[in-house]
Amino acid sequence: MGGALDVSRRGVIGGGAAAVAAAGIGGDEAEGQTPEPAVLMPVSMTVNGRPVSLRIDPRTSLLDALREHLKLTGSKKGCDHGQCGACTVLVGGRRINSCLSLAVMHEGDEVTTIEGLGTPEKLHPMQAAFVKHDAYQCGYCTPGQICSAVGVLREIAAGVPSHVAGDLDDRPRVSVDEMRERMSGNICRCGAYSNIIDAMTEVSRA
Amino acid sequence: MKSFTYERAATPAEAAAAAARTPGSRFIAGGTNLLDLMKLQIETPAHLIDVNRVGLNRIEETREGGLRIGALVRNTDLASDKRVRRDYGVLSRALLSGASGQLRNKATTAGNLLQRTRCPYFYDTTKPCNKRRPGSGCAALGGFNRNLAIMGTSEQCIATHPSDMAVAMRALDATVETVRPDGSTRTFPIAEFHRLPGDTPHIDTNLAPGELITAVTLPKPVRGYQTYRKVRDRASYAFALISVAAVIPKRGAGRLAFGGLAHKPWRVEAAERRMGDAREVAATVLAGARTTPQNAFKVPLVERTLAQVFGEAKA
Repeated sequence: MGGALDVSRRGVIGGGAAAVAAAGIGGDEAEGQTPEPAVLMPVSMTVNGRPVSLRIDPRTSLLDALREHLKLTGSKKGCDHGQCGACTVLVGGRRINSCLSLAVMHEGDEVTTIEGLGTPEKLHPMQAAFVKHDAYQCGYCTPGQICSAVGVLREIAAGVPSHVAGDLDDRPRVSVDEMRERMSGNICRCGAYSNIIDAMTEVSRA
Repeated sequence: MKSFTYERAATPAEAAAAAARTPGSRFIAGGTNLLDLMKLQIETPAHLIDVNRVGLNRIEETREGGLRIGALVRNTDLASDKRVRRDYGVLSRALLSGASGQLRNKATTAGNLLQRTRCPYFYDTTKPCNKRRPGSGCAALGGFNRNLAIMGTSEQCIATHPSDMAVAMRALDATVETVRPDGSTRTFPIAEFHRLPGDTPHIDTNLAPGELITAVTLPKPVRGYQTYRKVRDRASYAFALISVAAVIPKRGAGRLAFGGLAHKPWRVEAAERRMGDAREVAATVLAGARTTPQNAFKVPLVERTLAQVFGEAKA
């Protein structure tokens, strides 16, 4: 690869989305007002083990900060309203919807995205299990599914109960019913759910 | 999203004072509902006061034998707390039936109480809504209202309160503690915290401007079988059509509060003397119900859900 046509899909998507974000973040221009220049705020956090410092518009979601400012485009924007789970990342080891959190609220936090879980050469066990069990089709929801799945197994290990618990005092155990309930915040349009459960089951037994 | 300025408060009193100083300000904690509404420009605060670093994130035992839950305790942590699971199972179960794992990891105790309605017309800015724009009308009355309120409604608004947690807290007779901008504190019985819509459906609670919730206190545990039964269109991650928070002792009066029926958690104490008789209890709880052809199903659904809950309690 090389030369004038060395344009990666990721580069086009990253650059294109950033241009759109820069042009219309407030959406107020159409009303004929002169947009106020955003007052940028500093925020520092650790992302995938590396310290990062940004100066950003306070409106920027954690998801947009990761994708548009840090070019970590693994986390996906699906609904942008916390309904689909495609934006799921781990903050302080716990899964959250990065679309429903402002980046400036994460001063000092440790954020892990799909890029920080593993690498193509050294996959995280959950990534490897998703590949092995064919736990995706189009792949759009997959980074969120994997981050969420890692968070779910941690929550079960930490004794966090779920809606399907028989007795609230019992230690939760990994089961199909438990995983289905706990993964309900991650939607897969392709319907890879059963293979996702297979992948999670394998990791839980390792 | 409209522009806003942002600050981080260090103490609860500082946060309340900042709110009084800055017109158009809002507190932000988990942000899972407020940011959703800000993206749609339903909420357009000029200033956000981030209260995530003011403390208030512990669950402490009270001298009266109850629990004091800090306003910033996350839904996951509250549902997982050993004392809550053991003594207030109805609350743990209500929390676990709400939202998704990701949202419960962010959502706070105070923020859960302050959720806005999920009425589709509140969210649809092309339609009239007295809660979103006072005086504009209510599109829900003649619209898609299958999941809207049947109790305590007004000509202005038939929205429901979406919280599961608050329904359990109503059954447990919790109290809400606050601090005001002048530094003074007060408490509300949870029954007096949320409002019915009346002529002012845009006002959800009795909090004064700039008043910050600091804690929710549970009285000492009440004996009996505790459960939270939520009926919804999906098995998980959906708002209630109706829900029942129940504390059912072996004999005598119990506690019953209902979600999905009204603009606030719905409880009729007079019905609680007839525990076990689903038909009688439902008739008393639903006296004066105003239904539409779409949501009239909630009336028999309450009775049937009560029958199931009473059956479980006996088993």
